[in-house]
Amino acid sequence: MTVVLRAENITKRFPGVLAVNHVNIELEQGEILALVGENGAGKSTLMQILGGALRPDEGQIFLEGKLVTLNSPEDAIRAGISMVFQELSMVGSLSVAENIFANRQPTGRFNNVRWRDLYNETETFLNRFELDLDPRKPVKQLSMGQQQILEILKAISTNPKVLILDEPTSSLAEKEIQYLFENIRRLQSGGMSFIYITHKLSEVFQITSRVVVLRDGNFIGSKVVSEVTENELVSMMVGRQITNLYGARDELTESSEAYFRVEGFSRKKEFENISFSLKRGEILGFAGLVGAGRTELGRAIFGADRIDTGRIYLNGKEISIAKPDDAIQKRIAYLTEDRKALGLFLSMPVRENLIAPSLQAFTSPGGFMQSHKIDAFTNSKVDEYAIVTPSIYKKVLNLSGGNQQKCLVAMWMGIQPEVIIFDEPTRGVDVGARADIYRKLREFAAAGTGVIMISSDLPELIGMCDRIIVMHHGRITGELERDEFSEERILSFAAGLNDKEILNPPGYQDIAG
Amino acid sequence: METGTFTQALGTRIKTIVAVREFSLVAVLVIFGIIMTIVSPVFLTWPNLEAILLGLSVEGTIAIGMVILLISGGLDLSVGSTLAFTGVFTGLALMSLRLPSPIAILFGLLAALTVGFVNGILVSKLKINPFITTLGMLSTVRGLLLVLARGRAVLNLPESFTVIGQGRLFGVQYPIYVMLVAVIIADLLMRNSRYFRQSYYIGANERAARLSGINVDLVKILNYCLVAVLAGVAGLLITARFGSSSVTVGSGVELRVLTACIIGGASLNGGEGTVFGAFLGALFMGVLANSLNLLGVDVYWQNLFTGLILIIAVVVDVINERRKSSQK
Repeated sequence: MTVVLRAENITKRFPGVLAVNHVNIELEQGEILALVGENGAGKSTLMQILGGALRPDEGQIFLEGKLVTLNSPEDAIRAGISMVFQELSMVGSLSVAENIFANRQPTGRFNNVRWRDLYNETETFLNRFELDLDPRKPVKQLSMGQQQILEILKAISTNPKVLILDEPTSSLAEKEIQYLFENIRRLQSGGMSFIYITHKLSEVFQITSRVVVLRDGNFIGSKVVSEVTENELVSMMVGRQITNLYGARDELTESSEAYFRVEGFSRKKEFENISFSLKRGEILGFAGLVGAGRTELGRAIFGADRIDTGRIYLNGKEISIAKPDDAIQKRIAYLTEDRKALGLFLSMPVRENLIAPSLQAFTSPGGFMQSHKIDAFTNSKVDEYAIVTPSIYKKVLNLSGGNQQKCLVAMWMGIQPEVIIFDEPTRGVDVGARADIYRKLREFAAAGTGVIMISSDLPELIGMCDRIIVMHHGRITGELERDEFSEERILSFAAGLNDKEILNPPGYQDIAG
Repeated sequence: METGTFTQALGTRIKTIVAVREFSLVAVLVIFGIIMTIVSPVFLTWPNLEAILLGLSVEGTIAIGMVILLISGGLDLSVGSTLAFTGVFTGLALMSLRLPSPIAILFGLLAALTVGFVNGILVSKLKINPFITTLGMLSTVRGLLLVLARGRAVLNLPESFTVIGQGRLFGVQYPIYVMLVAVIIADLLMRNSRYFRQSYYIGANERAARLSGINVDLVKILNYCLVAVLAGVAGLLITARFGSSSVTVGSGVELRVLTACIIGGASLNGGEGTVFGAFLGALFMGVLANSLNLLGVDVYWQNLFTGLILIIAVVVDVINERRKSSQK
């Protein structure tokens, strides 16, 4: 095996932080190397150095044995290292073709873009990946998943020797993930090498052959994937033994009453005739593929979107929820899957965020905010939820992803909810913070609050839930009790198959279309 | 040990106070004032200070509403037209309809409120961009008042009306009281009242504010109404001061008000700013204009200086923000 990329002694300091500390990394040709670690472990910094976006303070990078200096991402691409960032860089109003060949369009004599060539080349390129997309289509008309795939294809189109992928599946649906993996394997057998950054340990085992763990900027270890267990990896990442991430469950007692009930919920084009009930202390999972209508259902129960038909009962009485404030008054909390866009007030301090849904509780009869009460409340929540922040006056923007998520949880637990609807509780959250969030949910459940947990992370659903409802195309297709849980069964319901067909699962369909 | 943490806490307190925009503006104003007092014997006399305050009372009053609107992520370019509209409407009510002054004033303010309400509905319910909505209203309202007044000023307004712009209490003209009282009340409300603090949440993240149970549309509509009514109040005061309602008054006022708000720490992206800061921004512009006048600097230089200061204020913000985020 030949080593295609070797980074020696890479060190990077930021004011007050040693982000990467004398790290060595080697990548062989045709290898898929996983890079894991908690947020702040130095993964992104290290990859930005390899991708030319940052310059190291110390250390050297060798590409195919030759020392290279990478001053910009363009340098790196020219040398043969392409990087796909988590954030999408597509220009929505421009076509698929112009995005893939941004700044590399075929041009004529007067530097004019030769449109026909551009579209033809794009079509040929997309065909190589069996992607049936119109090169002329503006990117904003594509789904998030398709855009993310395009982002990766754009990097591949520069024909790199090394492709760095940073959380490439964060907004992909299951079959899109499979599509991506198939193509990664194909390119791998053609000799391309990959560095794969991920939070999802299941993906490490699915697609990568070797895994490197970083913690606090230090190299912790390198393992062959087939010789390591998930628990070992987690322990390496957090630096302490984590035996049971999901915590110990309290058995639901026979007397647990179904106190919250949703009946006949329908909203055109999103979900149809959804009915279920929730018991006190129960953690009820909602599984399904992206687009199954779970998020939409959660929003509708909370009153964020209007329903066409349906009723909600709480403690035996019908309640009417027309807007989020109605739900909050009934102490129903909805924690969004998109904390940055929909959940938090990033430019505001932790203090202001934590009280956002419960302003009323901190208002004097005259309508004025009670500062001392707010300070006491927010300080106690920061302690209780182990939110790492220098003070309650720090902007949420400056916290890590895990701490932001803890802010979101603390903010909504502040309304002392009777019902919690939690959409993707741990998306983009590192293992340490995940354990904290799970522990909090367990505490609430143990105190009698019912939790509706919408999640795309199957191990999380199986580890946390008492019962799982599966949705497909806006309908409930299955319901599993604890002793019936298995990833296969959930996936088959999610794909809209009935139980018998599990024996012969059909192939994944093309993602385009 | 305990005194150590105490001084440390005091240290961070002082640091946060100094970091606040209002503090630096006050400091700059004080230094500026000291220099001007040395250079010009006229500067620190009551007639001159009153002239400054009276001169900025229009911008200062409207800036209160504008900064609240900016904080909630909105923007109103039609305030200058609303100001003139209110003046003309009131003038016509007084002279053509022969209504008594209090009723005419009420009519004028209702006219202003209507403009604000239309802006608010267009922006919040129909989701039209605030810049475009209020740019449209800027010409629409100006056109409407020209049609109403047939392009002419309404002259010889009765004394029962002009007194609100010309009258004095303890030797100080009413418009100055109106501005100062409004600034103090609005600043306290924006700092402490639950209703008004909702604007910060809406400006920082409108969709999250909705999910937090805030009635976003209502607050936005009322914010547009508030800025329009304040523009109306400024229109009444200036009309009363001149004794006639001009059809051209108030053009360009929207840009001066925006400049004051942004010098005072507001952002066009919403979520940031204070009423007191916006007032200081207006005060700063007033003092600058007055000083250049006293120093005999050509009036043309005023625009240049105001523009430079606006840009400097924003650049300082950007640099501060960058330093803070790199410290993380």
